[in-house]
Amino acid sequence: MAVTTDMSANPQDPSGSPSATPEAAPIHPVREFWHYFSENKGAVAGFFVVLFLIVIALAADVVAPHLPSEQYRDHLLQPPAWQEGGSWSFVLGTDAVGRDLLSRLIYGSRESLFVGVIVVSISLTLGVSLGLIAGFFPGFIGTIILRLMDMILAFPSLLMALVLVAILGPSLTNAMIAIAIVLQPHFVRLTRAAVMSELSKDYVTASRVNGAGIFRLMYITVLPNCMAPLIVQATLSFSTAILDAAALGFLGMGAQPPTPEWGTMLSEARDFILRAWWVVTFPGLAILISVLAFNLMGDGLRDALDPKLKRS
Amino acid sequence: MSEQLHHDSQSVLEARSLARHYDIGGGFFSKPKTVKALASASFNLQAGKTLAVVGESGCGKSTLARVATLIETPTAGELLIDGADVAHASSEEMKRLRQDVQIVFQDPYGSLNPRKKIGTILEEPMVINSDASAAERKERALEMLTKVGLRREHYNRYPHMFSGGQRQRIAVARALMLQPRILVADEPVSALDVSIQAQVLNLLMDLQEEFNLAYLFISHDLSVVRHIADEVMVMYLGRPVEHGPRDAIFQNPMHPYTKALLASTPAVDPRHRVERIKLKGELPSPINPPSGCAFHQRCPFAEARCSTERPELTDFPRQKVACHFADTINQDQTAA
Repeated sequence: MAVTTDMSANPQDPSGSPSATPEAAPIHPVREFWHYFSENKGAVAGFFVVLFLIVIALAADVVAPHLPSEQYRDHLLQPPAWQEGGSWSFVLGTDAVGRDLLSRLIYGSRESLFVGVIVVSISLTLGVSLGLIAGFFPGFIGTIILRLMDMILAFPSLLMALVLVAILGPSLTNAMIAIAIVLQPHFVRLTRAAVMSELSKDYVTASRVNGAGIFRLMYITVLPNCMAPLIVQATLSFSTAILDAAALGFLGMGAQPPTPEWGTMLSEARDFILRAWWVVTFPGLAILISVLAFNLMGDGLRDALDPKLKRS
Repeated sequence: MSEQLHHDSQSVLEARSLARHYDIGGGFFSKPKTVKALASASFNLQAGKTLAVVGESGCGKSTLARVATLIETPTAGELLIDGADVAHASSEEMKRLRQDVQIVFQDPYGSLNPRKKIGTILEEPMVINSDASAAERKERALEMLTKVGLRREHYNRYPHMFSGGQRQRIAVARALMLQPRILVADEPVSALDVSIQAQVLNLLMDLQEEFNLAYLFISHDLSVVRHIADEVMVMYLGRPVEHGPRDAIFQNPMHPYTKALLASTPAVDPRHRVERIKLKGELPSPINPPSGCAFHQRCPFAEARCSTERPELTDFPRQKVACHFADTINQDQTAA
């Protein structure tokens, strides 16, 4: 971890919360964070898998042995290299129209990360803003927002996303919008809870005394103090987004073929499950591993960022 | 209510029958109730002077502080800052008036934003209220830091790197950034170690002298009040019961509540121990205050009249007292 000066800002600094006692020699927030984070071995493993995924996604053009949509008609449903009939030019085998599975998985990681980033960005921005409003105006407006969020939460999330995609039309963009809408109530509730507890603190009153406007209070004064639970929720939502996008893809409501999206790949391979195990196993494994990695990392983040779970 | 006490000197903060009520409850089946956190308070505060407000928890001290700093608008009564009525001020004027009154809070751990550097915290009032450039703001922040006894390199640190006393100094520095005329101190030292308390109090007194500040000093610690106050106002259930110069209150308390309050201060020296006046019961709820004199249920001198008629603050030679029997009680005391 890069350690700059003693005073550098770190948005994830958990020791800034009032419950933390002042230390004689303050440890740098980043180092302290890494100390707590690295105690959780699963989280570190998750972190490195996520890092690996990001590298793969960015370098897909270099890493992938073939183009994702190129069809090798002589190699339909060819098994992985180590099996009889496999060849090392198609390491994980090919699918029903002769496309290299490994390349498609590598390019597919782009789609998955893209879905995660976009969905989390949308739901975070929307959810945080709504949560801030609900927290600052707990009366009529706050109640309305919260009841709306309760209604969204009451739906099974995938069903809700399906309905939305059915209305908007099946495509990856619409799937992302639908998933973002389904996920943002969690952010609203988290933000509101954090805002409510921060609002009673004197530093907020001090800003008010100085005549700080409502936007200044919301985004500059209060929000930075509510970030820890939001960061955790964002990581966990990332995996949910990938999973939901894959589920929608599998149901034919997400990314449309020939996009190499993992869920869509599973869906296309459904007919060959019994004949060619690799066409379903590898995309499934890719989804499993990446979702697991994000969840593990989220758990570790929660442990590292929650002052209540800290042993000093 | 009379205001003869200090018409001679310049008054920067004046309250006339100031009141602040809160509506609470009001579910489906219950009627909303009104809490008279601050029932009626009148006082006058001059530049360079300290008015200490004393009382038990729940007597309306902090509400008074919040009203005086314009965080809350008074339900009734008038608040005049520099002679300008806050209720009738335009938004432009309000902005200026707000800069005149600043506040130091009780809890030094909650009053500084944990995610902001000291420099940012100090400069915030200027960012909001003035057009000063970044360099000017920084210059002023550094100047204030040294004024409150901190070092210039503290500018780039975060609040969690400081002790309680240092944080309180930072809070004082922030309050003085806009050169206010009135500083409301809401129990500024009660969260600090006794050894640090004196330092912060002395700092406050030095700054008062330097900037000719008027302090509205809220406290329940009588030894602190004795140290810093020029005038003392004793409050009970949202109303002042005794108000006068410090020495008058401490040497010759006239209201039975003030007597009890002073008697409750522990003294090491047995000669200084005052005979204890024990108070029965607890502070009554401000939702449903007792009729007549709010203190009559706990007062050892209460008579029938106290439960029906509320005593107003009346002038006595050295102080103002709200008690029907202030005369007789104090005669008895001197006679006995």
